[in-house]
Amino acid sequence: MNYNWDWGILFRDPYAGWILDGLGWTLVISLLAWVIAFTLGSILGVFRTTSSPVLRAIGTCYVELFRNIPILVQLFLWYFVFPELLPDDWGRWVKRDMPAPALTTAIVALGLYTASRVCEQVRSGIEAVGVGQRQAGRAIGMTEPQVYRYILLPNAYRIIIPPLTSEFLTIFKQSSLALTIGVVELTAMTRQIEEYTFQGFEAFTAATIVYSLVTFTVMMLMRILDKRTALPGTFSHGAT
Amino acid sequence: MDLDFSVIPANSELLWEGIKMTFLLTGLAIVGGIILGTILALLRIAKVPVLAQVAAAYVNFFRSLPLILVIFWLYFLVPLIMGQPVDAFTSVLVAFILFEAAYYSEIIRAGINSVSTGQLAAARAIGMTYPQAMRYVVLPQAFRAMTPILLTQAIILFQDTSLVYVVGLRDFLVSAEIVANRDQRLVEMFLFAAVVYFVICFTASLGVKQLQRRFAK
Repeated sequence: MNYNWDWGILFRDPYAGWILDGLGWTLVISLLAWVIAFTLGSILGVFRTTSSPVLRAIGTCYVELFRNIPILVQLFLWYFVFPELLPDDWGRWVKRDMPAPALTTAIVALGLYTASRVCEQVRSGIEAVGVGQRQAGRAIGMTEPQVYRYILLPNAYRIIIPPLTSEFLTIFKQSSLALTIGVVELTAMTRQIEEYTFQGFEAFTAATIVYSLVTFTVMMLMRILDKRTALPGTFSHGAT
Repeated sequence: MDLDFSVIPANSELLWEGIKMTFLLTGLAIVGGIILGTILALLRIAKVPVLAQVAAAYVNFFRSLPLILVIFWLYFLVPLIMGQPVDAFTSVLVAFILFEAAYYSEIIRAGINSVSTGQLAAARAIGMTYPQAMRYVVLPQAFRAMTPILLTQAIILFQDTSLVYVVGLRDFLVSAEIVANRDQRLVEMFLFAAVVYFVICFTASLGVKQLQRRFAK
């Protein structure tokens, strides 16, 4: 292997700043996309478990559509195809006049895609709470929305903290896809450092360490949260 | 706007080459990923000193990284290690095998753990060595139990291969994109790509569901 090492590059101007900027954009994309994914995913998860066949069908169609098309293709659809299908004025707004078109598109695309995965987690959480709770709620006179609001969802969320954590970490990692439409997040920044300086080893190592650190931090925090909120009498309570 | 889908048959040869590349990459990555993943899982299950910890660290490490970063890493590293230029396909394939092995290993480990320990004890009791018991008794049952999950992972891998876009390897998506840009037919080509991926993945997932139902009986 013939390579000129220069670890100092990571701490020199402007490259140190680039890495921090990149991490900033990565976090912005991940967090905002997560807001969309969590909100929409919860609504769809409720849809898939309600007594209404129409709502259930909507939920099923959404999930099947969004999880059977690669996220990169979805990103291209939102970025290149969607504005063309709109009326001219709207299309121009989405492509150019909307604030930060590429960044916004990446956030929305990632959010809508992950919503289909969150939906499945919420659904399995609600199913895990069991029909007994649902029937008990109805028996004491609650309406169906009330049953979801006060019984099913609060219990379901506490059960699915571990899978939701991995869904968030998936968004965090997949935010790197934004680089394909020109958003310079963490991975793109380190690629840029490699292209400018040929110090690919150092640049990619920096990205690797940052991604791992964030992942392990999130996992640790969520493990604590999971223990604190575990339902009494379930396996995650106290055990492991 | 005027849509003109005749661009698809006009470029069918290029697109066909692309889809073959996508399937080739998926197939080789599945085989390589399962082999390496099984080795990693066995090291952890058998609690081989040191190597078990290395395998665990490997799995956690790769699962914390974006696939795109791993593709960039290997695209940069493989030629450096080989000391000569290497084609994109080789470096991408290495990236996928290393990356997918981490995910496969977790699936396989769960599959092995789902086999009753009595099976291993019984195999040892009739005189099999530990490797024999794993090879002839535990692993066949484990793989049978986890076939649906392995197939679901294969569908995810099939979708993930589209990320070779970042190094320009001519898979199906890149071929569609080349046509889209050359003939100025972005809308048609990306819609077509989405439909093709959807039909393949949706059909495959229905098949997996069918299989699951049969296994559950």
